[in-house]
Amino acid sequence: MFIDYDPVIYSRLLTSLTLGFHVIFATIGVGVPLMIAIAEWMGIKRNDPHYTLMARRWARGFVITVAVGVVTGTAIGLQLSLLWPNFMQAAGHTIGLPMFMEVFAFFFEAIFLGIYLYTWDRFKTKMRHFLLVIPIVIGATASAFFITTVNSFMNAPQGFNIVDGILTDVSPLAAMFNAATPTKISHVIITCYLTAAFILGAIAAFHILKGNKHVYHKKALHLTMVSGIIFAIGTALIGDLSGKYLHEYQPEKLASAEWHLETESGAPLILGGFINDENEISYALEIPYALSILAGGTPDTEVIGLNEFPEEDLPPLWIHYMFDSMVFIGMFLAAVSALFVAMNWKKNWNAFNRPLLWAVVAGGPLSMLAIESGWFFAEVGRQPWIINGVMRTAEGATTSQHVDLMLYLFIILYAVLGITVVVVLRRMFKSNPIEHELEERGFAHKKEDEKEVARR
Amino acid sequence: MMSYEVVGITVLWSFLYGYLIVASVDFGAGFFSYYSKATKKNHVIHNIIQRYLSPVWEITNVFLVFFFIGIVGFFPSTAYYYGTALLVPGSIAIILLALRGSYYAFATYGAKESKFYSFLYGATGLLIPASLTTVLTISEGGYISNENGTVELLYRDLFTSPYSWSVVILAIVSVLFISATFLTFYASRAQDTNALKLLRKYALTWSLPSIVMGVIVLMLLRAQNIEHYQNILDIWWVFAISFVLFAVATFLIWKGKKYGTAFILIMVQYLTAFFGYGVSHFPYLLYPYLTIYDGFTSEPMAIALIIAFIGGLFLLIPSLLLIMKLFLFDADYVQGKRK
Ligand code: HDD
Ligand code: HEM
Ligand code: HEM
Repeated sequence: MFIDYDPVIYSRLLTSLTLGFHVIFATIGVGVPLMIAIAEWMGIKRNDPHYTLMARRWARGFVITVAVGVVTGTAIGLQLSLLWPNFMQAAGHTIGLPMFMEVFAFFFEAIFLGIYLYTWDRFKTKMRHFLLVIPIVIGATASAFFITTVNSFMNAPQGFNIVDGILTDVSPLAAMFNAATPTKISHVIITCYLTAAFILGAIAAFHILKGNKHVYHKKALHLTMVSGIIFAIGTALIGDLSGKYLHEYQPEKLASAEWHLETESGAPLILGGFINDENEISYALEIPYALSILAGGTPDTEVIGLNEFPEEDLPPLWIHYMFDSMVFIGMFLAAVSALFVAMNWKKNWNAFNRPLLWAVVAGGPLSMLAIESGWFFAEVGRQPWIINGVMRTAEGATTSQHVDLMLYLFIILYAVLGITVVVVLRRMFKSNPIEHELEERGFAHKKEDEKEVARR
Repeated sequence: MMSYEVVGITVLWSFLYGYLIVASVDFGAGFFSYYSKATKKNHVIHNIIQRYLSPVWEITNVFLVFFFIGIVGFFPSTAYYYGTALLVPGSIAIILLALRGSYYAFATYGAKESKFYSFLYGATGLLIPASLTTVLTISEGGYISNENGTVELLYRDLFTSPYSWSVVILAIVSVLFISATFLTFYASRAQDTNALKLLRKYALTWSLPSIVMGVIVLMLLRAQNIEHYQNILDIWWVFAISFVLFAVATFLIWKGKKYGTAFILIMVQYLTAFFGYGVSHFPYLLYPYLTIYDGFTSEPMAIALIIAFIGGLFLLIPSLLLIMKLFLFDADYVQGKRK
């Protein structure tokens, strides 16, 4: 490798690496508590030990992923100062408030998670233990909320003035509640829920495919797919609003993602394809008027094209593929969960057929891929700015000489952590299958259960 | 009326103190746990350590996060100076913290215990305080150059400096001392006589070295930063109080009574010393480049942060009390009668 050492490039790579790794666990960290809460609630309401066990097992796996979420979050929190000292100096003045409040959300979540895990059998009523999961859900969602306002600010900065290079008139609340905040926050949070539902659903579907006939897995699959369809519809609706936000405030990002070359009304949406150096597009699928509808809600909306911007202010055009995969996966997840719920609802159809189960299994990793591509689209699409229109990425970076070495060290660290997480989780659940655990807790497998589910 | 700058640094310093205590207990416990395993005394104290640590390790970490996120909010210029200078030591600390936190969770919640996990847990318990205290060392000045607009850490000066090594040793010894006194107290509550005997021995072993190292660090500071050294001598009585508290606490442990009081006294001992150090460092965040006044955030942000902090405390304090009630002061839990 003969690239000249440039701290900016390595800082960008290391930031992408850490955030790309953190977001896997952060997404699980935001989404899974809600699923645990739903399962525990169902367990109480239906007086069904299967759901309670589901909450218990999910929580047990959750602790492992939280641990990695916490350590990688600590890493990115420190790395922002280490790699982007100039950016953090500016951010501290303007957007320090939500970052600070995020820590309180962590605190809150950490405290109740500690209590929740160790008090399953400690209270007189089950309801009381259920109440403990609510602060965890709130804390986790609040951390996503606060950190995403910071990212919104980077996309649509406001709440300050710059006079002769000096920041003045800072308004922390205006900076926090900027133009990007509503769509960004709601899209991020609901996709965390969607992804959690699909990952847990994929695990259940996988067990059924492997020939495990226990109703526990069928109940888990049903629960996650019903949640999944709700979140998938929400995701698509809010995703559409995010497109409208881009049209309004970051047209260069939208144009780059859609390979929209010239400003025009009645703009088509371009899917897939290739683009060459002369900006000629080949092998793409065009949906007439769709881009205008995504951007403004009507087919005759005028959408600003790449021609309006100087080349050095544009992000790389490969974010097109990121956008396409996110949207494709979104449609896929909605279709799969809708099909499952519909087939399960019709009594004489078999929702547990193999092709559909395999589709659910694929939905788990695919939803995480959508999270990654969504973030890479959003973050790379903001380039060359670190704070849109205010500070360029190169101005924000460290000048230190050793970022390359750090990048290699962190690649090793994350590889080791990633592998161990998988090994530990597998070992944990393999050594303690549900049949065994139900028996242990005095709920042996009953035939009636199965009939009851079949009737439903 | 305190200025916003002083409020800000006081809040942050208090949380750093909080981290010092809870993290020391945690780090030291890791080391003792490894050490006793290596010397085959594991069965004696293992349960005590597990029962205390399991519910709280994540909370410990948040104290640290609170500090480094808070300092960027209140004093954005620290991000510039320390951020640029500390890339390498900071990254090493991150890696150690990451290994420690995740492998602790893997071992505790995951599956079986392993020798490797427990070695990692013990070793990082000593290495992390050593690497984190580098920040305090650097803040004394003389280890950073700031020429033609780039800040650089002078590794050679740092690694060859007796002062910097003495701080590292002080940190390690203090970790072991604080941790041992806390665990002694916890073992006595758990009425676990064998563990108590062993942990009390550890506490006494590390008591004197911690004070001796404190004195050595002070002597070496004189060569490093005479101004700070003078400021410390001006408030010598704070450190005298700290020493008296230490002496009483150690006496109690030696006598084998009132372990709870002894631990509280040691917390106050470190509180006075830590704030004495902080006040005499005042107003510098980094000698001689940065004081709390020139690195401060804008006024509206300061007010917002302070309001958020007060609001946050209303949420935190009841929650912390709840977890302490359930795990620290619940005699049945501590004695292992409940899971
Ligand atoms: C499971 C994940 C997932 C799925 C299925 C979708 N998205 Fe998404 N999307 C995200 C996960 C995500 C994300 C990771 O949460 C992003 C990255 C940054 C952000 O704000 O949210 C995002 C960003 C994002 C943006 C950019 C916002 C910005 O840069 O400010 C747009 C325009 C959309 N999405 C639109 C959609 C549409 C029209 C979808 C159709 C169904 C869709 N997304 C599905
Ligand atoms: C939008 C993307 C992000 C989301 C949704 C998110 C969410 C979370 C969540 C839920 C946790 C708790 C751990 C868990 O439950 O798994 C966490 C941990 C953490 N995150 Fe992120 N995070 C994101 C990005 C970031 C960024 C950019 C930073 C840097 C400022 C950051 C800093 C942290 C820190 C410091 C922790 C550890 C907190 C602790 O000690 O408990 N996160 N994150
Ligand atoms: C957790 C999900 C996120 C992922 C996967 C992600 C991904 C990325 C990527 C790929 C880059 C590099 C862009 C490039 O250089 O081409 C980047 C840059 C950056 N991101 Fe994010 N990001 C996430 C969330 C956030 C959040 C919530 C914040 C706000 C605190 C943030 C702050 C930054 C900063 C400061 C940079 C460096 C400057 C830049 O390259 O523009 N990121 N991120």
